Amino acid sequence: MMYVFNRNGVCLLYREWHRPLKTLDSQQDQKLMFGVLFSLKSFTTKMDPISAEKGSLGVPLLPGQGCSFHSFRTNTYKLSFMESPSGVKIILVTHPKCGDLRESLRYIYNIYVEYVMKNPLYAPGTAIKCELFNTKLDQYIRTIV
Amino acid sequence: MAPVAPRSGEAVFASVERVNAELFTLTYGAIVRQLLTDLEEVEEVNKQLDQMGYNIGIRLIDEFLAKSNVSRCVDFKETAEVIAKVGLKMFLGVTASVTNWDADGSSCSLILEDNPLVDFVELPDTCQGLYYCNILNGVIRGALEMVSMKTEVNWVRDMLRGDDTYELRVKLLKQVPEEYPYKDDE
Repeated sequence: MMYVFNRNGVCLLYREWHRPLKTLDSQQDQKLMFGVLFSLKSFTTKMDPISAEKGSLGVPLLPGQGCSFHSFRTNTYKLSFMESPSGVKIILVTHPKCGDLRESLRYIYNIYVEYVMKNPLYAPGTAIKCELFNTKLDQYIRTIV
Repeated sequence: MAPVAPRSGEAVFASVERVNAELFTLTYGAIVRQLLTDLEEVEEVNKQLDQMGYNIGIRLIDEFLAKSNVSRCVDFKETAEVIAKVGLKMFLGVTASVTNWDADGSSCSLILEDNPLVDFVELPDTCQGLYYCNILNGVIRGALEMVSMKTEVNWVRDMLRGDDTYELRVKLLKQVPEEYPYKDDE
């Protein structure tokens, strides 16, 4: 499964390739996902034992400031996350045995730039409806699975 | 696996696809000429160029971040350096130098020695108030807004008006951190 959010929490893209169980309706699901990641980022920055600068808990951070978490794994799935300094967040939920997907996430970000950002018919901040992007993405995902 | 290190401006410029410089200059010239014909008021044209630049900037930032792999800049000084050395190199093929920092580090000047947009251009007397490269103001403003910095960008010196170089003044108004967009009670 994959989600792409922009800096305001708008879910730009949601794709699923193999999801046997759906628990919430998609609006709730997306809000939950965004909320969890937002809080996790905040949490990981506060608990960072190395970096010196930390805001107080609850104060919103600039994207990219502080340390950034990149994945968590449970016994049934692994969630990988990447955030660009412009606030675009890419989330991939995969089988727990997948390796480090950071390079893949970077590659997906590049595809996003090429097919979505450069598309003059796409209005930034709305859901992505570019067929070419979807096709390219599907092709790429099949190669890494 | 360690994250990929940021690439220098030269490296990125060498790897992106390039278009003929003359085509680029002439296309930009045609845009400005058309705007002058449609709008007739020089101030209006300046505003339109800025708006066009803004729309370009908000998309350009993602491409810039994806290709050049820079991580988040810690402060405005670093941001200005990155724009001048990596950003301008990557998209225009020229670098700028950063000078004239003011006392609290929130405002600086970018000096461009040469500017591909203005090759072959001379301003006629009827367009004296025109900032020919105003699109660059918009691009920088739009791009920085997408990384949470509200800025104001102005031309200080412009070779088309008789000065000896191009100087852009970039001023940071404020940093806007991201807010949690959903209300807590939903």
